Amino acid sequence: MEDKRFKYAHREAKIGVILVIINFAIWYGFAYGLGGQDPTTYTYILGFPAWFFYSCIAGTVFMIVLIAVVIKFFFTEVSLEEEDDGCIGK
Amino acid sequence: MHWQVIIPLVIFLVSIFCIGFWANARLRHSNSFLSDYFLGGREMGGFLLAMTMMATYGSASSFIGGPGVAYQTGLGWVLLAMAQLPAGYFVLMILGKKFAIIARKYEAITLIDFLKARYQSNVIVLLSAFAIFVFLFASMTAQWVGGARLIESLTGVSYQGALLIFSVAVLVYVIIGGFAAVALTDAMQGSVMIIGTVILLVAVITEGGGVSAIMANLVAENPNFVSPFGADASLSPLYVSTFWILIGIGVIGLPQIAVRAMSYKESKGMHRAIIIGTIGIGTIMFGMHLIGVFGRAVIPGIEVGDKVMPTLTLEILPPVLAGIVLAAPMAAIMSTVNALLILVSSTLVKDVYLNYLKPKANEAEIKRMSFLVTTIIGIAVVGFAIRPPELLIWLNLFAFGGLESAFLWTVVLGLYWNRANKYGALASMVIGLVSYVYIYQFHGNLLGMHTVTIPVIISLLVFVLVSKCTKQMVQQPWMS
Repeated sequence: MEDKRFKYAHREAKIGVILVIINFAIWYGFAYGLGGQDPTTYTYILGFPAWFFYSCIAGTVFMIVLIAVVIKFFFTEVSLEEEDDGCIGK
Repeated sequence: MHWQVIIPLVIFLVSIFCIGFWANARLRHSNSFLSDYFLGGREMGGFLLAMTMMATYGSASSFIGGPGVAYQTGLGWVLLAMAQLPAGYFVLMILGKKFAIIARKYEAITLIDFLKARYQSNVIVLLSAFAIFVFLFASMTAQWVGGARLIESLTGVSYQGALLIFSVAVLVYVIIGGFAAVALTDAMQGSVMIIGTVILLVAVITEGGGVSAIMANLVAENPNFVSPFGADASLSPLYVSTFWILIGIGVIGLPQIAVRAMSYKESKGMHRAIIIGTIGIGTIMFGMHLIGVFGRAVIPGIEVGDKVMPTLTLEILPPVLAGIVLAAPMAAIMSTVNALLILVSSTLVKDVYLNYLKPKANEAEIKRMSFLVTTIIGIAVVGFAIRPPELLIWLNLFAFGGLESAFLWTVVLGLYWNRANKYGALASMVIGLVSYVYIYQFHGNLLGMHTVTIPVIISLLVFVLVSKCTKQMVQQPWMS
């Protein structure tokens, strides 16, 4: 019998991969999408170039909020210790 | 140097000593010495786990080297540094619960314990121990030199004197307190790192007359300072993107980080650690590198990159605050070397001595051996740091990427792919290491990507291919 805790662990690992892909997409998309033009024509937000503001500041804050939400709703608390009932053998 | 700058630094060092002695007092009453000395008895809660991850990962390069490069390069280097954000959540989500549960099943105290039980191969154990010893000894020496140089430049004492101060400060608490002392001091050092970053960032922005004024100043000097491509437009999107492997997702393969993912007490704490750790790493990496860029508008003309952060701090902050901020790089360096010291020691004591030299050693012998080995390694590092040999400097350049090429897939596939076997793991480790050193030495950034990219891809392919061709696998009780 498969240890039930591993089902959660596998799901959470997949969520980790998805989060990294989202993180990378935001970071890359804004940085090179908005920052690819001539630097003298940049628009600015709160003093920062728009590409930098979205990619490095807003993107980071968004990721932290997203991670907190994902952990609250999709992560399961399990015991890490050896369980006595079953789960031994194949 | 003003004495007011020194006082916060001295208070910082004294507090760290106290933590070491307190951890030692707990260790005396321990009834499972090995697990307590090398893993803190798997007792860490969320805050401690987050702090020790962050502090171990953040090193001299985050506080001294990185801001120096950002000063020369501009916002493009802050963009690159933000590739480190996944180090805060990805490591714990991937290794996460499965690693912690299986490490408990195996009663693993070191990363190598896990590899040994998973792959059941002595060659893998010895190769891993060798890689950890060689690479981490080298990077420990490099950080040690950095710590001594920092004290030298702050206090004006000679390099040898500074080395002595730094060594005594680190060695005493690590040797007597073990992993618990390392983790507890990491909590304090991590907090100092965050506080120092925030103080200095606010001060630099104020000194520069606000963000808009600083940006205008940078654009006037060279518009490329505010572009993602760097001052000389040399940072290509592909090159910067491959840093996500080296300093983001590949961090899973660093033994000093991975071992922390088996040292926490409960899954709830791990969940909290993901959030706290991501906020902490985000703040430090964003803050320190942005400080480097802004520093250019505040104090132009600093020639040596490594002097940017200390110079800014001493010039724009009042002495007592400067002392607090300068404790941050000190903390970053100490929290990295203490983790490496205890890891290298655990590799020799647990993975080599207890596995091969004296499996039946009793508790008293293990205790004596642990203190002795940690002391000898510590003293050896100090010896090498007096005048670092070329070989060590060379090895240090490979440490990060080399360890990732060797361990990333061995750990991840060992956890998640039941068919991963020792032949695949061994082939992947050897090819990963060899190709990394080869590409680094002869091709540099091959095809416009960071050196680590191709070895990580090749070692994955080799791992899967060899595991599939050699049918033999070790059925573990926990596999379905």
